[in-house]
Amino acid sequence: MATATLPETPDLTLDGLLATPQGHALLSCIQCGTCAGTCPHGDVMRYTPRRLIGMLREGFIEEVLASSDLLSCVTCYDCWDKCPRGLHLTDVLLPVVKEQVLLRLPQVPSELQGALSNTMRYGNPMGESPRKRAAWADSAAVPVPILRDLGRPVDVLWIVECYAAYYPRGQDNARATARVLAALGVDFAILGTEEKCAGECARLVGEKGLFDTLREQNMATLGKYEFASLLTSDPHAFDAFAFLYPSLGLTQPVQHTTPFVAARLDALRPRMTRELGYRVTYHDSCVLGRHNHMHDEPRRILEAIPGVSLVEMAHNRDNTLCCGGGGGGMWLDTFYKEKGHGRLSDRRVEEAAATGADVLAVSCPYEVPRFEDSLKVLGYDDRIVVRDVMELVAEALDG
Amino acid sequence: MKILVLMKMVPDIVEELEVAGDGSSLDPEYLRFIVNERDDYALEQSLLLKDRLGATVTVVALEAPEIDDVLHTALAKGADRAIRVSGVDVMAGTRAKAAALAATLPGVPGVLPADLVLSGCQAIDDLDGFVGPLLSSAIGLPYLGLVSRIKVDPAAGTAVVAKEYAGGVMGRFEVTLPAFLGVQGCEKPPRYVPIAKVRAAIAAGGIEAVPAASGPAVTPLAVGAMAKPVAAGHAEMLEGSVRDVAERLADVLAARGLI
Repeated sequence: MATATLPETPDLTLDGLLATPQGHALLSCIQCGTCAGTCPHGDVMRYTPRRLIGMLREGFIEEVLASSDLLSCVTCYDCWDKCPRGLHLTDVLLPVVKEQVLLRLPQVPSELQGALSNTMRYGNPMGESPRKRAAWADSAAVPVPILRDLGRPVDVLWIVECYAAYYPRGQDNARATARVLAALGVDFAILGTEEKCAGECARLVGEKGLFDTLREQNMATLGKYEFASLLTSDPHAFDAFAFLYPSLGLTQPVQHTTPFVAARLDALRPRMTRELGYRVTYHDSCVLGRHNHMHDEPRRILEAIPGVSLVEMAHNRDNTLCCGGGGGGMWLDTFYKEKGHGRLSDRRVEEAAATGADVLAVSCPYEVPRFEDSLKVLGYDDRIVVRDVMELVAEALDG
Repeated sequence: MKILVLMKMVPDIVEELEVAGDGSSLDPEYLRFIVNERDDYALEQSLLLKDRLGATVTVVALEAPEIDDVLHTALAKGADRAIRVSGVDVMAGTRAKAAALAATLPGVPGVLPADLVLSGCQAIDDLDGFVGPLLSSAIGLPYLGLVSRIKVDPAAGTAVVAKEYAGGVMGRFEVTLPAFLGVQGCEKPPRYVPIAKVRAAIAAGGIEAVPAASGPAVTPLAVGAMAKPVAAGHAEMLEGSVRDVAERLADVLAARGLI
């Protein structure tokens, strides 16, 4: 089982990458094809990681870089996890190659272009007003303090992130998380309008310059305040703060909301008094699950909720199926459709439906829109609903 | 071939616009500025012509908040020069801005004459598209606005452009260069430039700062009043069971003589 890492990519170029020990190790690939076989788009990609490394070794890399094929990589960490040589594929090779692809693309797919431009200008991929970033808190059932207004240090600085802050169903997750934090008596605050996207998905789609810019801006903001730890609702932001922001001086630890709450279940259990009566199947997200191996924590929470019975999908834990939203996939649906790729979220929803569950539980804000769309497309929306684990916890809370 | 592209900033309507206390202007406290979309198309058109013909592209913009981001992005995309003209109020009207550019551009070395001057054909604060006609008149160039798909024949010194009319009618014009063209659209959307390239352009500097030259005084249009639209009515939401809603809907349609 691979251990979660996200080494800094050393240089914009492949030569720079290959000059590093971890980059040079890529050349020791044994061409076994495990990566291609496990890749969710391996059946439709021309340049799977195996072939990419083969072409890199034989000097044909420009052919790969001149193609848009690598945009099909949704950075699901499956090749990284399964590689028998332990090569840094998802975390190092693919972002560097995708960066070179992005630099050469005659036309970046319009949805992706819009999301990247919006993230640069507004700090969120939707292009929403930065001034409205904390508007969801107005309808929260508990006070959600803004750190700037609080005027004192806090234990937990909660990075809500873009989809939980702006996307209407994501806001349900944000409001639920606020209720759960209040029920636990956590001393928390948010950045409000000062928060910007952590940038990890921009990096994974090859926009390292955008990631670097956001990281610098966010570090400047974080540097203004005192807090003991970071908490985030977004696994992608978790990865960014855990592995990449420390190199710019972030010293505080970061947790994702799911393991944070799982560690406090004893305090929460007496408050969860409502019987939900749901048959729930849990989807392990690629980043929280496969990359960080946090599989037990969400299941412990779900099993602690009164009236919840847990059933497993055929692919679970490190063998989870990708929702298709990572690495820029959130903004490449039209591109994939034009390429003839099937929707990865459809495959996952088919598995969820096969369990007979009436709730598909998730821990990543990207998955709510992706799975809800697939449920509608496949006609399961009258049988299954998608709920973030925090939404289920909040629903079970007394008053 | 020399191409001059004029770009300007306009209020960004992602942020809600607020009317200032004077009742006739936008409240600057809530304003954020964004590059005029049509100007972005003009830049893309110039870069396509550069790709095909090897032109030099000079971008000129009046000073405004975040204008350096726009100019650095233009350089990162492939523009050869970026010039920021300072000293003109970002909220100045169309006539004042056209007059400032007309007074300033001839004095900036290497900018004029240009074979082709491009700008957006209109902006959300200039829906009638007067900047182009006013400026082209002042600098002595013929103007053709609302054009797209610009093809240049450098040997003949001409450009062929498309111009859209009402009803889906397209006109094709042959324009003798030099000329000033107001760009409505481009054959492809503005290109994306990775932020690493923009950061490299920022690190390299490269924006030339030029103070606005004073020219003949212009009389700006006076804004009498500015107000947000007032809702004249509201939609009626039909609620209840499917049967209740259907019956109510039938009543509403019948009352209006529609069924």
